[in-house]
Amino acid sequence: MADTVLFEFLHTEMVAELWAHDPDPGPGGQNMNLSVLESMGFRVGQALGERLPREMLAFREELDVLKFLCKDLWLAAFQKQMDSLRTNHQGTYVLQDNSFPLLLPMAAGLQYLEEAPKFLAFTCGLLRGALCTLGIESMVTASVAALPGCKFQVVIQNS
Amino acid sequence: MAVCVAVIAKENYPLYIRSTLTENELKFHYMVHTSLDVVDEKISAMGKALVDQRELYLGLLYPTEDYKVYGYVTNSKVKFVMVVDSSNTALRDNEIRSMFRKLHNSYTDVMCNPFYNPGDRIQSRAFDNMVTSMMIQVC
Repeated sequence: MADTVLFEFLHTEMVAELWAHDPDPGPGGQNMNLSVLESMGFRVGQALGERLPREMLAFREELDVLKFLCKDLWLAAFQKQMDSLRTNHQGTYVLQDNSFPLLLPMAAGLQYLEEAPKFLAFTCGLLRGALCTLGIESMVTASVAALPGCKFQVVIQNS
Repeated sequence: MAVCVAVIAKENYPLYIRSTLTENELKFHYMVHTSLDVVDEKISAMGKALVDQRELYLGLLYPTEDYKVYGYVTNSKVKFVMVVDSSNTALRDNEIRSMFRKLHNSYTDVMCNPFYNPGDRIQSRAFDNMVTSMMIQVC
């Protein structure tokens, strides 16, 4: 189906556009671009967090929310489920995707490893936004060991 | 047909509140405010009791002699409170449920509107129109 690639192309353009004006902005500019992407993802995640669980029953605990992210949110956004979810039961969750669709067309190995974080910022924001709507304040970071697999680390902020 | 409809945010401040009778609006605001306690009680009871009943629709919160108050909470802890006239006995439970479902759908649309910042008062005209269709025509 053609619909899946629409978002992938749009996302690639978003990243390209931010870096087009200044290909080597230095650490300050780099961080600003990354936070622009992350906040875009955050707003989208907020809206998705409201729309997707609509017909579902109320979530009883944090783990239910994380499972919803791994299954329903990932399915809606990337047409596949998250490959694994691990937790240390103390507020940290690691979500692992072995073939992340936004990284799949780029490479299959270690090539372009430095460029990968740019393509993960939006998705980190997406996770953070959905968690925020569902009542969980968190910090989401992503890491890539070898394309196209990546890990998202979610740390719940306890007030 | 509702007499007053309110959307309350997670932090318990109103995002949207509208009633038909404009002269006694404060009374409805007060009623919605007191009903929040009942809503919180039901939500916490839902969390502790290991009942499989984890529905979003909360049902009748409390009846007064003139009005009945119904509640509904979403997964994002946004509460919808509806006050209906007690004399209108023709209203059945599933009609109230369908009204809440319409409210939830319209609220989701508001949330997805890029011009809306989550946490602001709801100023969408589409939402207003939907609520008007649910409230009784007075005068």
